[in-house]
Amino acid sequence: MEILIDTILLVLLMITGFSIVRMRSLLAATMLTSIYSLLSASLFVVLDAVDVALTEAAIGAGISTILLLATIALTTDREKPPQRTPMLPLIVVIITGMALIYGTLDMPHFGNPQAPVHLHVAPAYLHDTPGEIGIPNVVTSVLASYRGYDTLGELAVIFTAGAGVLTLLGYRTRGGNSMDPGIRKLLILRVIGKLFFPLILLFALYVQFHGDYGPGGGFQAGVIFATGFILYALAFGLGNAQRLIPHQLLRIMVAFGMLLYIGVGIESMLLGGKFLEYNVLADDPVSGQHLGIILIELGVGITVASVMLMIYYVFRSRQPEGDL
Amino acid sequence: MSGLLGLYNYWIVIILMMTGFYAVIARPNLIKQIIGLFIFQTSVFILFISMANIEGGTAPIIKEGIRLYSNPLPHVLILTAIVVSLATTALGLALVVRIKEAYGTINEDNIHVQDEED
Amino acid sequence: MLISDLPVLQVVIPLAAAPVCLLLRNPRHAWACALIASWLVLAIALMLVQRVHAVGTLSYAIGAWVAPWGIEYRIDMAGALMVLVVAIIGALVMPFARRSIEHEILEKCTGLFYTCYLLCLCGLLGMVVTGDAFNLFVFLEISSLSSYVLISLGSRRRALTAAYQYLIMGTIGATFILIGVGLLYMMTGTLNMVDLSQRLPEVANTRTIMAAFAFVTVGVSIKLALFPLHQWLPNAYTDAPSVVSAFIAATATKVGVYVLLRFFFTVFGMQFSFDAMHVGEILMLLAVAGILIASLVAVFQDNVKRMLAYSSVAQIGYIILGISMASAAGVSAGMIHLFNHAMIKGALFLAIGCIFLRLGSAELRDMHGLARHMPWTMAAFVAGGLSLIGIPLTSGFISKWYLASAALSGGYWPLVVLILASSLIGLIYMWRVVEVAYFHVPGTMMHKVREAPAVMLIPTWLLIGINLYVGMDASLITDITRQGAEILIGEALQ
Repeated sequence: MEILIDTILLVLLMITGFSIVRMRSLLAATMLTSIYSLLSASLFVVLDAVDVALTEAAIGAGISTILLLATIALTTDREKPPQRTPMLPLIVVIITGMALIYGTLDMPHFGNPQAPVHLHVAPAYLHDTPGEIGIPNVVTSVLASYRGYDTLGELAVIFTAGAGVLTLLGYRTRGGNSMDPGIRKLLILRVIGKLFFPLILLFALYVQFHGDYGPGGGFQAGVIFATGFILYALAFGLGNAQRLIPHQLLRIMVAFGMLLYIGVGIESMLLGGKFLEYNVLADDPVSGQHLGIILIELGVGITVASVMLMIYYVFRSRQPEGDL
Repeated sequence: MSGLLGLYNYWIVIILMMTGFYAVIARPNLIKQIIGLFIFQTSVFILFISMANIEGGTAPIIKEGIRLYSNPLPHVLILTAIVVSLATTALGLALVVRIKEAYGTINEDNIHVQDEED
Repeated sequence: MLISDLPVLQVVIPLAAAPVCLLLRNPRHAWACALIASWLVLAIALMLVQRVHAVGTLSYAIGAWVAPWGIEYRIDMAGALMVLVVAIIGALVMPFARRSIEHEILEKCTGLFYTCYLLCLCGLLGMVVTGDAFNLFVFLEISSLSSYVLISLGSRRRALTAAYQYLIMGTIGATFILIGVGLLYMMTGTLNMVDLSQRLPEVANTRTIMAAFAFVTVGVSIKLALFPLHQWLPNAYTDAPSVVSAFIAATATKVGVYVLLRFFFTVFGMQFSFDAMHVGEILMLLAVAGILIASLVAVFQDNVKRMLAYSSVAQIGYIILGISMASAAGVSAGMIHLFNHAMIKGALFLAIGCIFLRLGSAELRDMHGLARHMPWTMAAFVAGGLSLIGIPLTSGFISKWYLASAALSGGYWPLVVLILASSLIGLIYMWRVVEVAYFHVPGTMMHKVREAPAVMLIPTWLLIGINLYVGMDASLITDITRQGAEILIGEALQ
């Protein structure tokens, strides 16, 4: 059964992928990209990667699509038909694809339990997590502790993106009660916005703090939290959202999340451990791990939520006042 | 599964990857290139998640009575990679907006023409 | 915190300084923050070199999780040298940056500029010291994303397209590396480089590993701008702000070369890389083509920054040429040139930054008679140029001497001819600048031009000083690179 769903999803992905390349309307291509992302997220669920699925759905289908739409609004939604079909890219792509297919010929087969990936390094995570970290979600334990340094790097990447977008596009505060006159008429959006806004924030909190036990964690929670505010901004106008969370506050929160994460690392060094060694944070190692993971996930959640919201503010505030 | 049947999954993923890669290098429209990058990277994620899969396994959340879990490490790597991909998309789109404002077009061919004139 | 924490502090200090910079509203304060962080990094780098020299390879298990389960930082002699290169350049461009950035960048972007600069520094250092293949990808992205932003801050609109082009090529490169690392993981079940090197021989003759090797090599080659994957480089170096050109030209591609070394020698092993995959022959061919073609293109450039950028592509060719010989002498020569070229290009781009401050242009046609008005800047440019060409008593001569002798002992005598010939081409393009600046009559606009301020001249001359010192007494640097090369090759032979 799983194989069947897996195959159907892959075929759908292929159809969507080809259509995106052929599509001349960028708006349509963006919508298809969002669908592509949702299809991948479904595939991840089938392949037992629930954490990844949640992230892909929130980031790929959610935030990326919003950014693409904002960019199209600022530029154009028509792609000019190319004057020629260039040969060189086609050749490059075919060679690259052939090289990869050649590479698959000696691969362990799909789902094979004897594949090297299932025999070395990973079994130890599955075996030791209950004893060393004391939480059931192994993805969280690897992400936040065993490979917690990668996650710090990842946070630095998203921080870089936030700082970069701010540098490139600058920031303008939107005065007044500005709201798109078109959207003002959309009663449904406003009602749904009002109804869902608290629910989304609640859900974000759940995802944030339930990440130890089920799928979730700082990244997913941060993105969901930001999505809630983006919905609010869509329904009630950017100006009102900015009054709720002003830009300056966002800037402080972006930096605070990063510093919290690094601070946990430094603190564990000051207590005589290595960088990010949570064991030393409390009297017994497992509570130390718990404390460390909660703190760094909080740092991740804060920075991710505020970077996402900041990027959204920056893109939207670039639009001329009239056609918000 | 036996023989080449065990690999067809990877082959479709490779076709997906190359679809995105083609859009990046063959399309003159800058937004289309960013979309291409997104497809390219998302497909690489599928490759990673496919290799983490184990026949008869479940999601790597420890529960009593379950012995076989899929490999959590690629999941962690891809969580990171998804965020990296978003960062790249955001930055790329910000550049596209600035390029549109500076050149009045987001078509690579037209931009080159203007750069030659400078 | 103890001396043993230095490897990680090295990377964490700029990483922590970046958000602090974002919070500081006054551009001067942001600059001071970046300055302090970069000088702390330099101090740590010097201590690290000294420690590696004393006790050998350092290993640091982050989070106290031992490799391969956790992420390991690993610094051997070659790594320590790389850290030093990045730290020296990073520390010296900062005092220079304040005036130059005030002149070239809008005030509201200044604080963000220093934030991105610190992130770039952190990313480059992280790439060097990490012993984990995936962590390498993460820090590669930190350095790449921040350098796209830094480049886009150039004053002309072309900076935007240069940054965009680099973003597209850089992301393709990074994704190729990700695919390669994924395939490696698939066949071995590990991401730690040392662990990979131990587990790879078992599966080395599989087609999957060969594909992994190809993808990693191509991906890294894009980042280090190996000919013909260098297209992003000339535009990026030309249109970036002066400080950024100097910093990125001197460090980013060099770190790329170092990553390639790590993969060839540490991860895949010399036997696989050079005997089975024949990467030596391919690299040698590309290096030779790159040296000749890029040098010739440089001769015809009218923008001095663009000229130096093409010269960089050629110089990367020299470094790769040394590595492609796959001998201790060759790799050591490549690393000597890696260090020297970082110092030379850093100095030359800083000198151009001084000129840009006063002229507002890096075009050759605006520099008529410049030497009379900016004697110190032009003298630094000439000294750097002589070193680039490889005149005796400069560091460039040392590089070429070791490269030529490595070529001779490997039996590649035509390469010696190539090195001589390309040096002559180098002489031609440097002479074009000298001729215009020293022997042409100054234009009417020129009488207002003054010498650059001391805060900018001193860092430039410090880098020139390092060049001249290495030119006269190269024993220190050759000692370090010999040790570094022996460790790399030694690991490969085991």
